Amino acid sequence: MSYDVIVIGGGPAGLAAAVAAWDDGCRSICIVERDRELGGILNQCIHNGFGLHHFKEELTGPEYAERFVDLLKQTGVDVKIDAMVLTITPEKEVHIVSKAGGYEILQAKSVVLAMGCRERTRGAIAIPGARCAGIYTAGAAQRYLNIEGYMVGKRVVILGSGDIGLIMARRMTLEGAKVLACVEVLPYSGGLTRNIVQCLNDFDIPLYLSHTITDIQGKGRVERVVVSAVDEKRNPIPGTEMEFDCDTVLLSVGLIPENELSRSAGIEIDPRTQGPVVDEDFMTSIPGVFACGNVVHVHDLVDFVTAESQRAGKAAAAYCRSGSPTSETVLSMKNGDGVGYTVPQHIRLDDVEGSVPVFFRVRAISHDKKIVVRDDEGQIIASFPREHLAPGEMENIKLPRVLLERAHGGLTVSVE
Amino acid sequence: MYDVTIIGCGVIGASIAYTLSQYKLNVLVLERENDVATGTTKANSAIVHAGYDPEPGTLMAKLNVRGCAMMEDLTRRLSVEYKRVGSLVLAFDEADRATLQHIYENGIANGVPGLEMISAEKAREMEPALADTVVAALWAPSAGIVDPWGLCIAEAEVAVRNGVTLKLRSGVSAIRDLGEHYEIETASGTYESRYIVNCAGLWCEDICNMTGGAPFTTTPSRGEYYLLDKSSGNTVSRVIFQCPSKVGKGVLVAPTVHGNLIVGPNAEDIADPFDVSCTAPGLAEVATAARKSVPNVNLRDSIRNFAGVRANTNMSDFMIEPSKTSPRMLQVCGIKSPGLASSPAIAEYAAEQLEAMMGVKFEKNENFVDGRTQVRFRKMSPAEKAELVAKNPLYGRVICRCETITEGEIVDAIHSPIPPCSIDGIKRRAGAGMGRCQGGFCGPRVLEILSRELGLDRKDILQDKDGTIIITGETKTGGAKA
Repeated sequence: MSYDVIVIGGGPAGLAAAVAAWDDGCRSICIVERDRELGGILNQCIHNGFGLHHFKEELTGPEYAERFVDLLKQTGVDVKIDAMVLTITPEKEVHIVSKAGGYEILQAKSVVLAMGCRERTRGAIAIPGARCAGIYTAGAAQRYLNIEGYMVGKRVVILGSGDIGLIMARRMTLEGAKVLACVEVLPYSGGLTRNIVQCLNDFDIPLYLSHTITDIQGKGRVERVVVSAVDEKRNPIPGTEMEFDCDTVLLSVGLIPENELSRSAGIEIDPRTQGPVVDEDFMTSIPGVFACGNVVHVHDLVDFVTAESQRAGKAAAAYCRSGSPTSETVLSMKNGDGVGYTVPQHIRLDDVEGSVPVFFRVRAISHDKKIVVRDDEGQIIASFPREHLAPGEMENIKLPRVLLERAHGGLTVSVE
Repeated sequence: MYDVTIIGCGVIGASIAYTLSQYKLNVLVLERENDVATGTTKANSAIVHAGYDPEPGTLMAKLNVRGCAMMEDLTRRLSVEYKRVGSLVLAFDEADRATLQHIYENGIANGVPGLEMISAEKAREMEPALADTVVAALWAPSAGIVDPWGLCIAEAEVAVRNGVTLKLRSGVSAIRDLGEHYEIETASGTYESRYIVNCAGLWCEDICNMTGGAPFTTTPSRGEYYLLDKSSGNTVSRVIFQCPSKVGKGVLVAPTVHGNLIVGPNAEDIADPFDVSCTAPGLAEVATAARKSVPNVNLRDSIRNFAGVRANTNMSDFMIEPSKTSPRMLQVCGIKSPGLASSPAIAEYAAEQLEAMMGVKFEKNENFVDGRTQVRFRKMSPAEKAELVAKNPLYGRVICRCETITEGEIVDAIHSPIPPCSIDGIKRRAGAGMGRCQGGFCGPRVLEILSRELGLDRKDILQDKDGTIIITGETKTGGAKA
């Protein structure tokens, strides 16, 4: 069996990429989704706030997913659900296994990686304490509540102020649980401002910045957590301990792009994003293999996942028609002062039509700054004033081709 | 009336049960928890020590070397993961060098095969990640790594399949010696048995105290660990020890049979043998010590911290002998490291002791069926996978995506001779939830499969031991109505 484009993952990224590839004229496309339904993590995000950029209206996660599933139904894209990709070879053979289809090897001309991300766990951040039950990643708790219909606790402390944790603070409260505190080790929240306001402040849930959980106690189930203030180096300050009697700890301590398939295929991974190194069309280090959405870098808004994935899907279709891009000029993108990474990591100038959106996160909160793009000779290529910058909110700038043509060597994005 | 009752089903109890099931004996195993392998057996370094640490002439020395030699064949028969990777003990200074020499001589006296003192250059050639500060090393090619709970579960399963009775949730509260037999009072009822084997690990002393008093005292010693992602699994390819000290064998860095890297343990005496908490200072101690051996060990790749408690006593050797106060009870006590490595030999020796105590030679059980097979989808070739899925489509549904564990393997585990009732019970049998997301994705689905296959309400499925409740109720609109 062979396809022009095989999309790995049927969440928002995979859906948008497949539809875009179809719209670009590709007629041999397959999406492989490991869950029992398309839509990915959107299916459990039953709150609203999705689609403000893309659809110019406020949708819930399932509604946002449904819009794309409906679009997909109008195409001839094949869908394999409840199917797991076991391997992708550098030759673009995709090995999948499913209850319905057994073991299949599909040959693709182009592959789009859209596997999304996973949550960091307790082990990843070495939280001390007892090994009791009642400790969940926020996303796992969200699945229990919103998909399965079960409560996971009554008195809750949330560690980390990532968006899923904030959303779950409100969700657990609405379901009758008492959320005692949201504890964030950094001096600022990792989540969107609107979520701090709507999910914590509106429910009088205290947010303890520069604090962390220093002990979890309990025999069978969590019985108590100890929270301490931390210094600038994130070390707990003795004497600042607060105890919370609770039966549940939710962790919202970061997301990691899920790139085990990418790694095993030999795709170059950027240690800053933990996602594949990509060009302006989201092509990875293996020609014809594209990546989009949270597998590339973790987004706050699904709308940007969609935009990026449409670009990747369109490029995958183009690759099937005309093969590898042949740009002679490749501009490498570097992160300068105050910037954590950039996506894309390089731009093939000759293939750019119009402009290139560049996504990144800043390292610290700041006000009244400029995002400055310089070339290797220090010449300012573009500058974008910003009133407010925060690590919790992904930034993006658009670099028009006319400006890129002026650059000598690579480009560096900094906050100045 | 049972012939023999084994108290405790860690790896020692299970090994003895497995050994005794090969004879015509009526054997009972009593376990306090809701599953086997839940104490020291499930939280340790998972090393099959070569046998150079124990002092020559001790029971420990004899049984360690013998157990290590038995392990390869045993684990192959029982389909338990094991690898003879060998171990290096590192010396960092002249004092360490003297210690190395001492344990080298111990090893030779104990009959450890293939021991070799090697130069720092040779050690770094074998293991490029080792620190520049290493001055010499002891190479023991016979050491290995094993799945410790897997070994215990496999032995217990084969024992049960061959007629041994296992009673879970049966903590012993009293033992009455009635002369010809014992009456053993437990949480699940009272049992009668002619002989008892006390292999209750950290609680051996309590069992002794029910039968006339303990000839030793127990000091639980907790060790904390990091378990690193498979991306760090190749940091070293052998077990890397530092020189042993009075408190134990020190912090090691080693690959695991599952492909991860294990780093730990420290050693801290604690009061409560149930206390498997991790602490910030303990983990920091482990991190510092590990970096001494392997400076670039990437602890940011950690997927889990855990702690285990060693059953340390004031005895320097294993105690495997009839109780002085209750002579029909066989003491299998003080089984600290290298207990896991020694376990097959401990069982063999315990059976001999029981024969002596009973004054008989056990008769072979000719119906005994040895061995066990287990489907491990992820280890198969594409052709084998295709064939398996064609035969049973449940092996085509991957539930644990990090470890590629299928629904078929989970269902197999649920319907195994010792059915688990918890998500961690599935983890220990099938491997689901062992990976980098630590059950974040597969936990709810494993819970659903457990509930379906066992016919239990989802709220009754546990994370691990009794009391480890996962679901506390339904949402307002709630609950999946099956």
